[in-house]
This record gives sequence, C-alpha cells and structure tokens, in this order.
Amino acid sequence: MLQYFLKRLVSLCLSLVAASVLIFLTLEVVPGDPAAYMLGINAQEDTLNALREQLGLNGTILERYLSWAGGLLVGDFGTSYTYRTPVAELIGERLWVSLPLALYALILSTLIAFPAGIWAASKRGTLADSGVMGVTQLGVAIPNFWFAMLMVLVFAINLRWFSAGGFPGWEDGFLPGMKALTLPAIALALPQASILTRVMRSSLLDTLGEDYIRSARAKGLTKGQAMWRHALRNALIPVLTIMGLQFSFLLAGAIIIENVFYLPGLGRLVFQAISARDLIVVESVVMLLVFAVILVNFTVDLAYAWVDPRLRRRR
Amino acid sequence: MSLLEIEGLSLEIHGEPILKDVSMQVEPGRVLGVIGESGSGKSMTAFGVLQLLPNGSQCRGCISLAGQDILTASEKDLCAMRGRDIGMVFQEPMTALNPLQTIGAQVAETILVHENVPKSEAFERAADALRRAELPPERFPLSRYPHELSGGQRQRVVIAMAIALRPKLLIADEPTTALDVTTQAQILDLLKRLVAGEGMGLMLISHDLAVVADLADDLVIMRSGEVVESGPAHGLFRNLQHPYSRALLEASGHVPERSGAAQDKALLKVRNVIREYQSHSHGWWGRTTHVRAVDNVSFEIRKGESLGLVGESGCGKSTLTRAILGLEEIQGGEILLGGTPVVSHHRVNRDVRRRMQVVFQDPYGSFNPRWRVDRLITEPFHLMDSPPFGAEREAAVAEALESVGLSAADSRKFIHEFSGGQRQRIAIARALIIKPDLIILDEAVSALDVSVRAQVLDLLAGLADRFGLTYLFISHDLSVVRSITERVLVMKSGQIVEEGPTDRVFDKPQHAYTKQLVAAAPVLPADVA
Amino acid sequence: MKGLLHNRSTLPGALLTVVFAGAALISLFWVPYDTTVLNIADRMKLPSLAHPFGTDQFGRDILSMLMVGARTSIAVALVAVGIGMLAGVPLGLAAAARKGSLPDEIIMRTNDLVFAFPSLLIAVMITAVFGASALNAIIAIGIFNIPVFARLTRGAALTLWSREYVMAARVAGKGAARISLEHILPNVTNLLIVQGTIQFSLGILAEAGLSYVGLGAQPPTASWGRMLADSQTMISLAPHLAIFPGMAILLTVLGLNLLGDGLRDLLDPKLRRART
Repeated sequence: MLQYFLKRLVSLCLSLVAASVLIFLTLEVVPGDPAAYMLGINAQEDTLNALREQLGLNGTILERYLSWAGGLLVGDFGTSYTYRTPVAELIGERLWVSLPLALYALILSTLIAFPAGIWAASKRGTLADSGVMGVTQLGVAIPNFWFAMLMVLVFAINLRWFSAGGFPGWEDGFLPGMKALTLPAIALALPQASILTRVMRSSLLDTLGEDYIRSARAKGLTKGQAMWRHALRNALIPVLTIMGLQFSFLLAGAIIIENVFYLPGLGRLVFQAISARDLIVVESVVMLLVFAVILVNFTVDLAYAWVDPRLRRRR
Repeated sequence: MSLLEIEGLSLEIHGEPILKDVSMQVEPGRVLGVIGESGSGKSMTAFGVLQLLPNGSQCRGCISLAGQDILTASEKDLCAMRGRDIGMVFQEPMTALNPLQTIGAQVAETILVHENVPKSEAFERAADALRRAELPPERFPLSRYPHELSGGQRQRVVIAMAIALRPKLLIADEPTTALDVTTQAQILDLLKRLVAGEGMGLMLISHDLAVVADLADDLVIMRSGEVVESGPAHGLFRNLQHPYSRALLEASGHVPERSGAAQDKALLKVRNVIREYQSHSHGWWGRTTHVRAVDNVSFEIRKGESLGLVGESGCGKSTLTRAILGLEEIQGGEILLGGTPVVSHHRVNRDVRRRMQVVFQDPYGSFNPRWRVDRLITEPFHLMDSPPFGAEREAAVAEALESVGLSAADSRKFIHEFSGGQRQRIAIARALIIKPDLIILDEAVSALDVSVRAQVLDLLAGLADRFGLTYLFISHDLSVVRSITERVLVMKSGQIVEEGPTDRVFDKPQHAYTKQLVAAAPVLPADVA
Repeated sequence: MKGLLHNRSTLPGALLTVVFAGAALISLFWVPYDTTVLNIADRMKLPSLAHPFGTDQFGRDILSMLMVGARTSIAVALVAVGIGMLAGVPLGLAAAARKGSLPDEIIMRTNDLVFAFPSLLIAVMITAVFGASALNAIIAIGIFNIPVFARLTRGAALTLWSREYVMAARVAGKGAARISLEHILPNVTNLLIVQGTIQFSLGILAEAGLSYVGLGAQPPTASWGRMLADSQTMISLAPHLAIFPGMAILLTVLGLNLLGDGLRDLLDPKLRRART
C-alpha cells in the first residue's frame, strides 16, 4: 500500500514539473519578449525595462523558470501587471467562487447519477430504463452554457426564484452564497450527471454478467442482494475513472458558466487577463487548474487502491 | 424416492429449443456423471435445477428436489433453497469469486444469507467449511483475497462456499476443466470424499469421459439437448447402445494409425537453452529479479519423428516454443534447425524460419477476421524470396486446403463461416503451405471436442506420413500426447525432468514428478477402452 | 446496411447529421440572406415566412447565420478529429508494438500530461499568446483529441497483439510495422470510427463553448457559440435569438451521438453477440 502510494506520489510530482515546464514555455518563451507583448507596440523603452526588471526577465530561460517554479512552491505567483497586486491574492479571492462551484456541481452530478444509473441497470430493458437513457442522451448533447441561459430565462427572469447573476460573497452567510451558485451548479452538473449515469449503468450491467454474480446467486442471494453486495463495488472502478476525468471538465466548464452568471471566479479573471495581455495572471490560473486536475487524478488512483485489494500489494 | 428427480424437462430460450425431454435422477450419497460435448445442454440442465437460467428461458416438465417442486417454486423459496439445499461449483475458479472480498467473507456469506447468526459464528463456520474443502485456515487465513490464491485453491474456496451449509445436493459443472492434471486429481478426490463423508448427492458435469468414469456411480450421456444414454456406470461403458455414445467412447481413447518411421538424422537441436525474464517486482526502484522460464534445456528431434512435450501451466513450455520459433531471444545455449541456428546476430534466420511452422490452440483467435481464407493461409509465403502468384498460388492454396480435407472453394470464405474443427484444419493448411520440415503443435487440439479432436489427430497422423513431417507436439493432455507421439519430454519449472519413448515414460515413469503426473491423469476403466 | 437501420437510434441520428451537414454544404453556395450585411430596420424580428427563425439584433437572418455557423462548427470539429486521429493513431500503434519499452513509456506519459490540460486551458494559453481565432479552437480541440485516440488505439492494439494470428504473422517473418498495418489497424478501425463520431460531437460542443467565451471564431465569421454570446444580453427581450442556435447545437450533437451508438452496435461484434 505504502509502495503504491509513494509511486503515485512520485508520478504526481513528475507530472507537475512537466506541466509547469510546458506552461512556462508556452506563455513566457513562445511570445519572445513577454514585456513587449504585454505593453503592446507603443511602449516606451524605459517602461519596458522597468517591466522586464519587475518580471525578472533579465536572466536566462532556466533561471527564470527556476525562480518562477520556486515561487510557486511557496505560494508566490508573482505580481499582476494590470492589477498591481500579488497574483496569489487575486486568485485566492476568485478561487472561493470557482472551487465551491465545481465541488457543488460534482456533488450534484454524483447524487443524480448514482441512483439513476443503478435504477436504470436494475430495470434493464424496461420503459424506465429507456426513459433514463433518453434523458441522459439529451443531457449529454446539451451545451451547458445554453442550458444555463435557459434556466436564467425561466427561473430568474420569469419566475424570479433566483437572481440572474452576480455573487453576494460568503460574508453574508453560507446560504445566500450557495443560492447564487445553485443555477450555475445545476447547469454544470447536468451534462456530467448524464455521462456518469450512462457509465454507471453500463459498468453495472457488465459486472452483473460476471461469474461471481452467478456464484453469489447460487449461494441464495436475491438479484438485489447480489447487485448491492457484489456488483456495485466492482462497478465503481470504471466510474471512478470517469469521475476523475469529469473534474477537469467541471473546472473548465466552470470558467465558461461563470460568464453566463457574471460570477467573479477564475473564469472572469482569466478572460480579463487575456484581454489585458496579463500573461502572469493567465500563467498562474492555468497552472493552478492543471495542478487541480493532476491532484484529482492522484486522488482517484488512491481511491482505486481503496476499492481494489489487488492494487494494494502488487504494483 | 430420488434426491433430485428431473422428469421430461424441456427448455426454450427465446423460443429456441435447448433441452428436449431430459430425464435423470441423483440419489443421496451417489455421483451422477453427466457427459456431453459443447452444446449438449449439460450445463443448462444444471442451471435449470438452480433456476438460474438466462432471460427469456421457458421450462416445461418437472424438477423436484427431495419432493419439492422447483419449477413452480416462488423466487423467494428458490433463494432459500439455493446454497442451503443445493450447492454449486463452477468451471472457472479464476472468475467465480468476487475479487474485492476476502475468501472468508464470501464463504461466510452463504451462512449469513440463510441463517440469522452473528457474524463471528458465521466466520467460524466458514473456517470449518474451508477446512472441509481442505484449505486449512491456519495456512490460508480467512482474510486472504482471491488473487492471492492459485486456481486450485480458489476452486476449493468455491467448494467451501457450496458445502458450507451441508446441502443435500452438490452440482459441479466442469469443476476441473480449467485446472492442471495434478490439481484436477486432487479436486476430484476431494469431491469423492465429500460425497462419501457427508452423504450428499453429486451431479458431476464434464466433457471428459475419463474424469467422470472414475468417479460416477450413474451416468447420463447428452447430445444436442437430449439424453442419449443413461444407467449405472458400471455396466454402461461395456454395453453402450446409442451409436453416438459408442463413437464418443471410441474418440476418447482414439489412437491414430501411423506408419512412417523416424530417420536417424537430427532435425532440431536444442542445446542448453536458457530464457530469462527480468521482473521489477518491487516497483522501479526495487531490485530486479530474474525469472528463469526455460532453464538449461537440451533435446533433439529426429527427422520424421513426432516428439511430445508435456507439462502443466507455467512450466515454460510455451516460452520454449516461442524461443524455438525465434519469437523470443534466448539468454544462453543454441537452437539449430538442420544445423543452422534459428537466430544469429539478433536476427532471425529466414531460411530456418521457412522450414518450421506452428499451429496454435485457439481456433477462434488464430485468424484475422477480416481476411479471406486464401490470404490467411498464404501468409507464410512472406518468407519466400519468390512466392508463387496467379494460377500457381491458386494451385498451392487448393492443394493445402484439400490436403486438410477442405475444398478449394473454401478459399474465398471468411473465417467466421467455419466451425472450430474446420478452423483448426485451416490453421494446419497455413502451416503446410510452404512445405516446412517441422510443425510445432502448441496445444493444437486442446480446445476441440473429443470427436472432432480424434478427426484432427487422424489428419495430423496422415499428413505426417504423406509429407514426411516432423512434429513437436506440446500439450498438457497426457492421453493426446500418448496417442500421437513416439517420444516424450516431461517439463517442470523450466527443466526437462524426464525423456524417453512415450510408452515407456507413461508405463514406467522414473522421475517423481512424472509418476505424480501419470497417476493424476484420469483414465478410462481398462476393461472398456 | 440493413443492420444499420435495425437499430432504432441510428436512423434519427443519421437524419439529423445529414440535415446539419447538408445545411453546412449548401451555405457554401447559397444562403437565404447575406450574413455580412446588417439591416438595422429589420432587427429582432420574430419568426415569419420571410425569416423562418427571425432576425438578430443587427437584422441578420438567423436561418442564414445558423447555416454558416454549421459550416464553422463542422469544419472545426472535423479538422480537430482529423488531427487527433492522424497523430494519435500512429502513436498508439507504435506504443502497442513496443509495449513496455522506452518509446511506449514516453508516449504514454506525454499522453497523461496532455490529458491534464482540458481543451479550454489550451485555448486560453494559445489565445493569450497569439490572439483569438477559429484556428485556436481547432488546435486546442485537436491537441486534446490526440491522447484520446492514442490511448484507445494502444489499448485495442495491445489485446490484438496477444492474439494468435499476430503470432502466426510473426512466425511468417513479418515485422512490427507490417503487422500493425495489416493485422492491427484494420481490426481497430471500427473502434476508431465510433470514437471518431463521439469526438466529433464533443468537438462541436467544445467549439461552441470556446466561441461563446470569445476564444474561437471571430466576427464576421458566424458561429453558434458567438450567436449565443451575442443573444445573452437580449434574452428577456428576444428569447428566440438564444433558442435557435442552442437547438442547432443540441440537435447536431444528439444526432452524432445517436449515430455513434448505432454504429457501435453495428460494428462491435462483441456487443452484437451479447444482444442476441
């Protein structure tokens, strides 16, 4: 178990280093002179030099990478050129919107998908099964930001149950914040829940065809008992994989959905940074999101070991 | 009254008839052997007794267990009956256990489902069941997971699950087919002792006459969903009525006729061959361990000879095969065909490769499903400098197909249009087409039903005589090796432990392992074969 | 072909796909109204005979915009799938042919790494450096597709490499490259077609998302995502501006998914056998 954990941990660190190199190369080396790029063509030579100095652009590429990566390790993302504040602060504020949103959506999608998938699998071939499959077919096909717009139209503009956008902040309490995040989370969760339902159902059906289910039935277990005690945990293995992948889609999706609801999250930050050519902010946000994706994959690997005893001892 | 009474059972699945008017009885304390080839409906009969049939199944007739009618019983009563009154053992021990639960939990579950007892008591009784299945918990704690056990050990867990509540009837569906011969003998012995000791009735299902003959008190022979012959085992073998059962018996002990004799010239020389694998057993910072799959093996095959190589799974015989074929590099020794090394300077010698071909076990996985037969069997032409084309190629294809008993017209068909036996014939045609000297038969008849197997063995014997072929016949099945080879090698843990004329080795084995192997091999009673 | 129509999801799927692909093709030669000409007098008209789907805030015909948008979406998604396949399939084949070797390890690690970058992040990085354009969307979605196809191909190829017919081909003296082309590739094509349909539909969704946040096609190129972005401020006044482009995306993706399901059932012999 420890060995498996250490091996995944090393792999996690290597992925992070590789990802940071990739991001650094794309955003700081490819543009040539980032300072000139950020200031545009009309920049004065002394302003340029000042910015170069501030960004630490005067060293070699390796030195610049090392100082950037070293900063990341201690939570120093550099200073935003446009906001004139430390990027870490900027991101910290926005993270309190984006992260709860993605988690909220993940929980919603799991809460919908598990029962729906299990139900459809246990009613295989019936009208109920076809019904669930039909709905998920739509759910997979619907663009989440459009679904969000429709929900704004119905629940905010017509019914006035929710506000059409904006975020009150967590200072006013937990519930108002959650309420503002509810429509966005539903919009994010729906397509993911549909995918997860389908995966859950087909994985469960696959497992139900396994020999050990037959063994369990021969012991005298009912169909339902065989499913809950033997099939479900085995079926979880592919479901975990998909849940891991989904988190990265949820994070990316959150960036888009924030735009629909005018939420002050990482999405808004990164798009403003792009139009302001603030490469440092873009770089930091991308790095943070990639870090989150890699971390989630790591967690999923650990979850495998928790579910599957075969992984605990051997490699 | 019998323990299990099946009377006029008919079964349809989605309207397709599977069983027709099947009747049989199991008496307490006795073993009923059910014999049949694939598609005979023997397993479906067993699933019928448990009422664990596929969706869309329709049963007619009568099945009663100790007077209780099974076909009219409610699902609730059936659940109460399964596991408590009837235990079942399946063919595939590798997949019959839930990989995520400990063996203790899985055996205890049988008890917990049927009786309202505390968990600790269920586990104590599970330990007892495992002990009765001869998997003592002192050596194999209840906390083991299935993947930590071998196939034979897993089958003991499955048996413990089935007998935990001391059912009246035990059904064993090909319980040893997936196991090695020595393990098979142990499991069969165990079943025999359980029946005797606990007074259970046993329904033993198998395709292998010899396995059943040894154990059964009563016999039923099935074919295409019907019972063709039944009665007490003792008299039945000597007095078979139905032509099919007689043919089946003949095929089981079939010895193909051969006339050709081996010349005194060595064709293949294997000298001190070593094949090692590196395995990183402790992750990539751990030590690298070397596993010797083939350990200093030497032997020769004379031209025209048919040499057998027997051994259980994992003994290294497949690795040796691949090394001879030049598919894997060896770490020591040499392999020479007609005096030329198979591999020189890390390159496989084309001239040598042209002189040997191979036939594999699986008649389904041996062919690219998208190619037609003519393209499939001419693939070895790739080894020739100027392969025949046009009419010449067609003639070669026709000749190869006809020599294996197929017709030239089959060359335009796809592989899925053929049966298992026909596919194996096509595989032989593919090996024959470049007229090799040596053909390696890697479990080439192991996946075939006995009657088809007898035909393919006849074909091989005939071809050897006709084309002067040399065979290296690799198999785990001693009876097959005995019927077709003149000399045999016995392999264990990468080494050849015994070598000699086939009859001598099987009749008077010298090495302890060979003795064990020969003793374990199920044989038909001497007076019938 | 008969089998294709037996599946109840295939026919509607194929029909929807044909309708949208047809609309995109026709838009190359003819659209009801020129989408580059603004006509403020006719702005935000509800659907009528002259404008079946109404007009937008600049008086442009929505049907014409949708047709041109279909062209953008399909072109972007198709090229992205092409990039994914052309790069991913050979990588997957090569990795499988040398399983466990250094090249395999490198290919698979790189794959994992790229997988950690959702296409939106790739688009964000490209746009931050080179500015926004439809080409960005193509590259971002295309790069994202490479590991998808590489993994799929490698996984399927690995099971084929253990088949005995591959062993027979090796005994016949064929090399890894030749076996990959003759025996492996033809037997993974079905899988690639099915995955291709799925990635195509995901590509359309991704393209819509990217143009919606301004990282994709730029004006004056009409695209469904941009139409939705433009309609957002007007959604309470003129909901039809948002309804039609959204429906277009939904129906195209739905059609492709249904078609993919049908193809999978038809082409995957394993599933076909399980069905009977």
